[in-house]
Amino acid sequence: MAHSGPMTDWRKAKLPVFAFLAPATILYTLFMIYPLIDSIRLSFFSATNGGDLAFVGLDNYRTVLSDPDWSHTFWNSFWNNMKFFAVHMLVQNPIGIALAAVLSLPRLKLRNTYRTLIFMPTMLSVVIVGFIWQLILSPVWGVGADILDIVGLKSLFGPWLGKEGSALITMAFISVWQWVGIPMMLIYAALLAIPEDLVDAAIVDGATHFEVFWHIKLPLVLPTVAMVSILTFVGNFNAFDLIYAVKGALAGPNFSTDIMGTLFYRTFFGYQLQLGSPTLGATVASLMFLIILAGVLFYLFVVQRRLSRYQL
Amino acid sequence: MALNIRKDHASRAVIVHAVLLSYTLIALYPVFLILINAFKSRKGIFREPMALPDSKTFSLDGFSKVLAKADFGTYFFNSISVTVVTIAVVLLLAAMAAWALSEYKFPGNTALAIYLAIGIMVPIRLGTVSILSLVVDLGLVNTLSALVLVYVAQGLPLAIFILTEFMHQIPKDLKEAARCDGVGEFKIFFAIILPLVRPAVATVAVFTMIPIWNDLWFPLILAPGDGKQTITLGVQQFIGQYVTDWNAVLASLSLAIIPILILYLIFSRQLIRGLTSGAVK
Repeated sequence: MAHSGPMTDWRKAKLPVFAFLAPATILYTLFMIYPLIDSIRLSFFSATNGGDLAFVGLDNYRTVLSDPDWSHTFWNSFWNNMKFFAVHMLVQNPIGIALAAVLSLPRLKLRNTYRTLIFMPTMLSVVIVGFIWQLILSPVWGVGADILDIVGLKSLFGPWLGKEGSALITMAFISVWQWVGIPMMLIYAALLAIPEDLVDAAIVDGATHFEVFWHIKLPLVLPTVAMVSILTFVGNFNAFDLIYAVKGALAGPNFSTDIMGTLFYRTFFGYQLQLGSPTLGATVASLMFLIILAGVLFYLFVVQRRLSRYQL
Repeated sequence: MALNIRKDHASRAVIVHAVLLSYTLIALYPVFLILINAFKSRKGIFREPMALPDSKTFSLDGFSKVLAKADFGTYFFNSISVTVVTIAVVLLLAAMAAWALSEYKFPGNTALAIYLAIGIMVPIRLGTVSILSLVVDLGLVNTLSALVLVYVAQGLPLAIFILTEFMHQIPKDLKEAARCDGVGEFKIFFAIILPLVRPAVATVAVFTMIPIWNDLWFPLILAPGDGKQTITLGVQQFIGQYVTDWNAVLASLSLAIIPILILYLIFSRQLIRGLTSGAVK
């Protein structure tokens, strides 16, 4: 944050400054920071038979991470979440970058129309998106097969969402379809900020648009690519709605689409014959918090620092 | 030579448009498919899924069924009230805080700014266990107020961050002139600063609105009861019950898509400007 010029001394206006800051700070603290800290606190407790909370130290963490009943589910959802994230990094972000690169070509007609239309799925609720694709991929309706038939790939079609081996990847692709507009837009904005002289000079020297993108523009927008990656990471490890809408809290078939968000929901509220446990739920949430925090810190202290050192 | 270059340009333009058109088709065709089939009879949906509705297949059965069974009016009303109230509160409180952070030099200014920014990267969802017990303690279970309070807390960090950046650009002379005339600090904010941040308001409103309008998690946990469902939760519950009735499913999906589609097309320019100017700093 660049501060422009000297700021006004607050001592002349103590009361107004306090009044400006208090409402936002109080609401934010009460409904965001306090619940986060309290959840971490709860993760060290367990409910007794009487309903009171008893301090159990790291027992809940031991249960979730190493109890045979729990650890399999936990690590399954963790690795599923990693795969979910990997698909976004390998498919969503490269497509987003490519679309942004094409959209930012000079003298492109209809660029605003394309941008508006391609961004549209991002506006839709995850629930709607989930059902749309559930219908399209349904073997009963057969539209998915018909569409593949047009490009001659009908033989590939299968009940992707219903099979253990392909359900998670299919869900990840549905998510990619919806969210590709975000990396496209952020990287497009960064590409627009590159001074034109730089590009023109290279073109005059005989570089192609692809070379200009690869050697000049891409290195300059790397900080944005890194930011998009961390946003993807946080979003993916916090995801829940799409899996819940399509597969329910049980994340079937046979937990093959279970990710951290659905595990958290089930642990907290229970399912079928298993009772929910707020304290174990808090433990799962705290573990999610640690994973997200590790990603954010890695971004802040390793990626961003290294990138800003090389920039210009 | 000149002719060759022109030819190259033309063929390059064709390739570029082909790429963009194909992707646009991928982005829009699924939605289009749902919308056209919502207006067909059951037979039409299954026999000619990819055809436009014609005189033989056109039918509004799905819509009449859905409108008889589900309370779409209530869902919309709930979603709109929650979203509008949240946006109004977030904008006012965030503008006030951003103004204080950008204008006054006080001990702990930077620390408070960082504290308020933590929420940009940490999802509020992780505090759900405690949020639920807090809402229970406050007696707000199954009320829209519970949702508003949580969404305000969720929306504030990014709003404060964007508005602080924006407030730094307000010329100093304006406030100094007012101060010389003896105008009070509150009046300076409400009469001079608040009208000035209007351009940033659209950006902040969009960033606040999208995640709230589409959220499933908190409505499911804090206000799942009859009459309090938001559109996302209402559609989810309705479709869950009628999953084999394709007319009803397609019609309810269309009812949920069409309003946001219209809103998006009206505001898309503003929205995209907000995304491309406010997002990257």
